[in-house]
Amino acid sequence: MSIFRRIVNTFSRSKLHQEIDAEMQSHVEMRIADNIAAGMTPEGARRDALIRFGNRVVMRERITAADAATAFDSFGRDLRYAGRQLRRSPAFTATALVTLTLGIGANVIVFSVLNALLLKPLDVPQPDRLYNVVHKEAGYDNQSYPDYVDFQTKNSTFSDMAAYRFEIAGFSAGNVAYQCSYYRVSGNYFDMLGVQPAQGRLFHASDEHGPNSAPYIVLSNDFWRSRLGSDPGIVGSKVEINKHPFTVLGVAPPGFHGIDAFLWPDFWMPIVDNPDNEGSDFLSWRGSHNLWVVGRLKPDVTPQQATDNLNAIATQMAGQDPADDGLSARLTKPGLMGDMLGDPARSFLAGIMLLAFLVLLAACANLASLFSARTADRSRELAIRLAIGSSRWHVLRQLLAEAVLLSALGGALGAIFSVELLQALTRWHPFPEFPIRVAASPDLKVYFVALLLSIGSGMLWGLVPMRQVWATNYSQVMKTGAAGTMVFRRFTLRDLLLGIQITLCTLLVTASLVALRGMQRSLHAPLGFQPQGAILAQTDLHMGGHFGASVLLIRKRMLEEAARIPGVTSAGIIDGTPLGTGGSSTLIYRMGTTDFRQSNSAFGAKYFSISPRYLDAAGTRLMAGRDFTWHDDAKAPKVAIINQTFAHAMFGNNPALGRQFMMGDKVPCEIVGVVENGKYDSLTEPPWPAVFFPLEQNPNSYTSLVLRSQLSTVEVMLELRRTLAQIDPTLPFVFHTWPDALALVLFPARVATATLGVMGLLAAMLAVTGVFGMAMYSVSKRMREFGIRVAVGAQPVQLMRSALSRPLILLLSGSAAGLLLGAMASQLLAQIVYQATPRDPVVFAGVMTTMALLGFVATWIPAQRALRVHPTELLRQE
Amino acid sequence: MARNDLQGSLDLLVLKTLSQMEELHGYGIVLHIQRASDELLSVEEGSLYPALHRMEMSGWIRSEWKVTDTNRKAKYYRLTPAGQKELQSAEKSFEQLVKGIRAILRYA
Repeated sequence: MSIFRRIVNTFSRSKLHQEIDAEMQSHVEMRIADNIAAGMTPEGARRDALIRFGNRVVMRERITAADAATAFDSFGRDLRYAGRQLRRSPAFTATALVTLTLGIGANVIVFSVLNALLLKPLDVPQPDRLYNVVHKEAGYDNQSYPDYVDFQTKNSTFSDMAAYRFEIAGFSAGNVAYQCSYYRVSGNYFDMLGVQPAQGRLFHASDEHGPNSAPYIVLSNDFWRSRLGSDPGIVGSKVEINKHPFTVLGVAPPGFHGIDAFLWPDFWMPIVDNPDNEGSDFLSWRGSHNLWVVGRLKPDVTPQQATDNLNAIATQMAGQDPADDGLSARLTKPGLMGDMLGDPARSFLAGIMLLAFLVLLAACANLASLFSARTADRSRELAIRLAIGSSRWHVLRQLLAEAVLLSALGGALGAIFSVELLQALTRWHPFPEFPIRVAASPDLKVYFVALLLSIGSGMLWGLVPMRQVWATNYSQVMKTGAAGTMVFRRFTLRDLLLGIQITLCTLLVTASLVALRGMQRSLHAPLGFQPQGAILAQTDLHMGGHFGASVLLIRKRMLEEAARIPGVTSAGIIDGTPLGTGGSSTLIYRMGTTDFRQSNSAFGAKYFSISPRYLDAAGTRLMAGRDFTWHDDAKAPKVAIINQTFAHAMFGNNPALGRQFMMGDKVPCEIVGVVENGKYDSLTEPPWPAVFFPLEQNPNSYTSLVLRSQLSTVEVMLELRRTLAQIDPTLPFVFHTWPDALALVLFPARVATATLGVMGLLAAMLAVTGVFGMAMYSVSKRMREFGIRVAVGAQPVQLMRSALSRPLILLLSGSAAGLLLGAMASQLLAQIVYQATPRDPVVFAGVMTTMALLGFVATWIPAQRALRVHPTELLRQE
Repeated sequence: MARNDLQGSLDLLVLKTLSQMEELHGYGIVLHIQRASDELLSVEEGSLYPALHRMEMSGWIRSEWKVTDTNRKAKYYRLTPAGQKELQSAEKSFEQLVKGIRAILRYA
């Protein structure tokens, strides 16, 4: 109670002053009344009453001083004292501050990203009622439009359900043209999410009346501001999407970017519009799974009830149409494209968060041992203070004040430094052709975590010397001096802390080396093509208004002209490059199949359309058979080139050439070639069947021109730009070297490697300071002993052994434990990084070298100091 | 050794007053001590209020704003169980002080 009053008083001085004034006033008034009753004049009565009190302000100060003297204010004094102590040992203060800044900063950054991607609720009303509807099988998250319509109309558990898909198109308005990414969404999308327009209006379900009935778009606020200069007359204006006329209906509210946490589209278009395709569209194709479906649960429905409801509908649909064979439904939280990114992102971020936390723990362990060494050094001062009557609790409180002060400073620095980095991260646009952004600007939650971490870590390492203070026997300490209290034979808490820290450091170093090696290997992995020396020019011919026969003509011309560029050895076209962004797969049936439902298929295969000479340009080896020619056109019999996995899966060890297979179109397709296996969607995927078709037998407008050249890629790219601009100046191309284009697929592994590298570096720095501090401390405490030993004939090696054996034992055992843990952790890493394995002599040797180097760096100076012992000098000092 | 000083005596006077009077405001304490000591002792306002505040912070007394008989607002103080205990030990140490002073006076 009284403690509480004190705290309240300290924080509410002015209120206390008011109360004191009121009390004095009432006293004075009572005195005046009595004085008048005793016969004084009102004037005299008042004077007398006031004189008794003297100067009111002084009086008030005396009363509050009575408060402060006993009080909580002393915490402020402790802090000032701690500040003076810290200023007196700048080396300790600087080490502690740097350690804490890095440790807390790393945690704040990782937490902010985690917060932005996983914790922050979507910026729409009642985000917790939204669920993505995906299939039961993991990684199979898209729905077809007819399936979506069935789910949406037949369910009884969702208040509404919307569909959306992500696309890229050319946007032009007046004299500006951009390549844009956008969502094509069902008409009820905005209403279901509960979004209100910032300008104009949004479209609704009532705007849809069949294919291409609603040529409207809604711009994102960002796009409207940054690309269209916040044009106030934008609503109602005409724009072109892939050369098709559209009207701008409105502008979405600021900050709204759909429900994927890191995708920032430029505009939204009703799903019934198709600026892309001439006739056939996925809207009527039950087998074309390319939409995300999101629904809002009715208020009193549980996710389980909704799942059961949808599964019942799915079973019913599967009975009606073979394309829905095996259809099932499952709900996931939206934000990270369903489970496709959600699961890896969740486990990756959780893993990194754990690592960051471990780094902070290592930092605390480090500081704890430094601090307790410092406390031991000050044991004489502490003993004097105890001897002259200071309570142990008071001494402890002052030590704690030092720790908390340092941690708060470190936390503040860490927060400042991470806010800078986070802002850079938010501005970062890793892929120019994709609107991917991580809006990880820190919010209140992040600052709260920073504060919590600072205070928590301060307490953690500040309390370690508590036992020391408690056990101090001051008369003993004052008699023998500080060194007498140190026990060197016994393993102490400090040794344990250091050992743990070295283990952590080795773990992180192992993990980052494993990741690095995996990255390095993935650059030379058998991809099924040779990215080095190849240039890509990618476009969608629909953006230039090329449809039907015009597509083939312009492709042929592009290939002819490109092949003429000096230095180009081969040129080919593929619709979408493997390890690119769009991988499609199709079901493959054996000959003789009559019932084309999913369960009767042989397997699913990735498929691509390629021009003659593409295999050559891509550096894909043809193992048997022939390449396509321009004679494999729409009128010729259907042919295909398959990969080895496909051949093996269908024909075992029998030759595949000349054999046939079928797809959903039930037309036999003859195998004319077999190529090597490759990677198609990700580097970590298992071997997957793949099939290549001639461009004209599987037509579409996506075009990736692949050039292989011997000259420098810069020159060839310049020449290619010029050539393509001459063919069609309005066609937007994205140019890059093939290795650059792989950035997207390497991105997770790169991020993992970079993060692990940074964490490993932090941990290594901490381990060096930890080992150094300990070795240095033990040497400096034993200088006198060493002096005597040298005087009686000890050899330098013997001194070294006793000075450094303990740090070295710790280093060795810690490294061994860390390596073991690292080997276990690498299993997790293998999901993200290609062929991450600790059973790699290079990794093993690398970790050993790193740790040995670390140990060397950390013990070099202390060892030198031990060796330079001059017995006469040392003994004279005493 | 009994802890004793002037402040201790003021504390004792206030605690004793409150133990006799149940509940009293600062001005009332001044008047009571004056009256009870036959005008021998007069407590200065300048010492009383800091002492009251300190005793309240120590948890010996607690206060409450109330209205007086003459319809004025005043802060009333009242003894707590901790204050009761403090009063006992203060009384004891005061008696020891008095004994000690008497002994010295006798020798002098």
